[in-house]
Amino acid sequence: MAKSPMAPPSSFLWSRRVFLTLLTGFVLIPVYVMVSSSLKPLADVTGEFRWLPSGLTIRPYIDIWSTVPLAKYFVNSLIVSVAATVCSVVVAVFAAYAVSRYTFRGKRVFTVTVLSTQMFPGILFLLPLFLLYVNIGNATGIALFGSRGGLILTYLTFSLPFSIWMLIGYFDSVPRDLDEAALVDGCGPLGALFRVVVPAAIPGIVAVAVYAFMTAWGEVLFASVMTNDTTRTLAVGLQGYSTLNDVYWNQIMAASLVVSVPVVAGFLLLQRYLVAGLTAGAVK
Amino acid sequence: MTTTAPAEAAVQQSSPGTAEKAPRRRPGRIRRIGLPYLLLLPALLLELLVHLVPMVIGIVMSFKELTQFYIRDWGTAPWSGFDNYKVSVDFDAPVGEALLHSFFVTVAFTLLSVGLCWLIGTTAAIYMQDTFRGRGLLRALFLVPYALPVYAAVITWVFMFQHDNGLVNHVLHDQLHLTDKPSFWLIGDNSFYALLTVSVWKGWPFAFLIVMAGLQNIPGELYEAAALDGAGMWQQIRRITLPSLRPVNQVLVLVLFLWTFNDFNTPYVLFGKAAPEAADLISVHIYQASFVTWNFGTGSAMSVLLLLFLLVVTGVYLALTSRGRRAADG
Repeated sequence: MAKSPMAPPSSFLWSRRVFLTLLTGFVLIPVYVMVSSSLKPLADVTGEFRWLPSGLTIRPYIDIWSTVPLAKYFVNSLIVSVAATVCSVVVAVFAAYAVSRYTFRGKRVFTVTVLSTQMFPGILFLLPLFLLYVNIGNATGIALFGSRGGLILTYLTFSLPFSIWMLIGYFDSVPRDLDEAALVDGCGPLGALFRVVVPAAIPGIVAVAVYAFMTAWGEVLFASVMTNDTTRTLAVGLQGYSTLNDVYWNQIMAASLVVSVPVVAGFLLLQRYLVAGLTAGAVK
Repeated sequence: MTTTAPAEAAVQQSSPGTAEKAPRRRPGRIRRIGLPYLLLLPALLLELLVHLVPMVIGIVMSFKELTQFYIRDWGTAPWSGFDNYKVSVDFDAPVGEALLHSFFVTVAFTLLSVGLCWLIGTTAAIYMQDTFRGRGLLRALFLVPYALPVYAAVITWVFMFQHDNGLVNHVLHDQLHLTDKPSFWLIGDNSFYALLTVSVWKGWPFAFLIVMAGLQNIPGELYEAAALDGAGMWQQIRRITLPSLRPVNQVLVLVLFLWTFNDFNTPYVLFGKAAPEAADLISVHIYQASFVTWNFGTGSAMSVLLLLFLLVVTGVYLALTSRGRRAADG
């Protein structure tokens, strides 16, 4: 997208080159450390730092699975994050459709309340939520505390406010004539939502799903309090590589890389949608 | 699903009849009055369960003397009036003094982090607005810190900040000889800068992403008109790009502020359960006050105070920036 018909001045080009080079270094050095250290023998990461490994080994990638039950944590994280994402997107689609397409009493109160939960410090409702889950468990027998279900419930509400907000903007940009045509053709309002509005808003929905998945996959605070040995997720499990005597930095880096690959790959594949979704929705 | 079926059926029946009389834009509007509420119901219930009810419980807890003896059945804990609040804001006593210190550290940290994230993100987005070779690759690279899970990214920084085997000391001390002896980064005063570095590294791509999206909504005619008037590149950025981004920035800065101020994950992974004094962010401070000392009443009172502070700041911020916007529009 050319900004102006004339070529940018050389001051712009030079400063851009310098700035972007420095920024690339800043961004990439930790990534390089992660990748290179994950291929180093243990001696390389316990002694003085080396830019280049003394020898390459894939040993850390084999050992990470036995030092801690990484596979179990991985599966837990996957179940929790996928379930939280799916539920969050469905709930957000319904809510955003209501706000975008209808006028009703309490609409403003709803949007303001939902958005303002974004400013709640997690620490404020961590303990009450913990107690609430325990009490619900005692009263009804539904195990929320320590279970994946409790974590899914918690995480899906974390991404909900932002998702609703972004989808409202996105649905607003889908022409109303489209769903009105569907209504005239005999679709119910939900038919119009799923046959017309949702397909037209796919980039926004993908963006919201990516955001919800990343939120659930990366959360540490609630995972550290609300999980037990069988439901532990990666966020907590990764701390198991440091023992009193040794810190297996090469294994930590290998494990970090392994748990990052799914999200980073997914994110980079779908980032176009995220930008498109933000452009049409939230930022408008 | 089943709960919405009657409403849907009602609309389908009523649509043909009312479509002739009622304006075409909203067929059968009266009959559908319940539908928006049904659509909102799941979101409302979830928000109630996970956010609003716990918040109310938290407020109630802040008025109780809630120590580990009562945690099994917290309802029976004795009421303590405003005692927890008095302890929290008694700045001459150790608890209050520590909280005040943590608050100032958090404010300083948040202002610096948000400022830097915004500056780097905006600069990068503007520089990358028009196409050049490698732009797509660079954009993907820049988003990596944001896409990485917090713990994976921060744990890499922990490794880099190690005293004996970390990259930072290796570069600063061994290679550049800038320091007399290797520094400690994760304890002592340096920990503030370590935390800031990690926070900016992780946070700026979000600003980049949002500003990039905002830039695409600026109509191209504005630039063409400016170019016709003889405005150079720098002038276009100052006169058109930056002012056009104002509505985007209003939301972006607020969101960055709230996220950074409430951030728990970064300091928790960086320092573990005991944050050094220089980097004692308020979330971790309250976590410690609650879970390490098992004094949940005081921890809740501190959380409520934090929430009140954020409410006031957000309110004032929105009032000020909205007025500024209206003035600029009018």
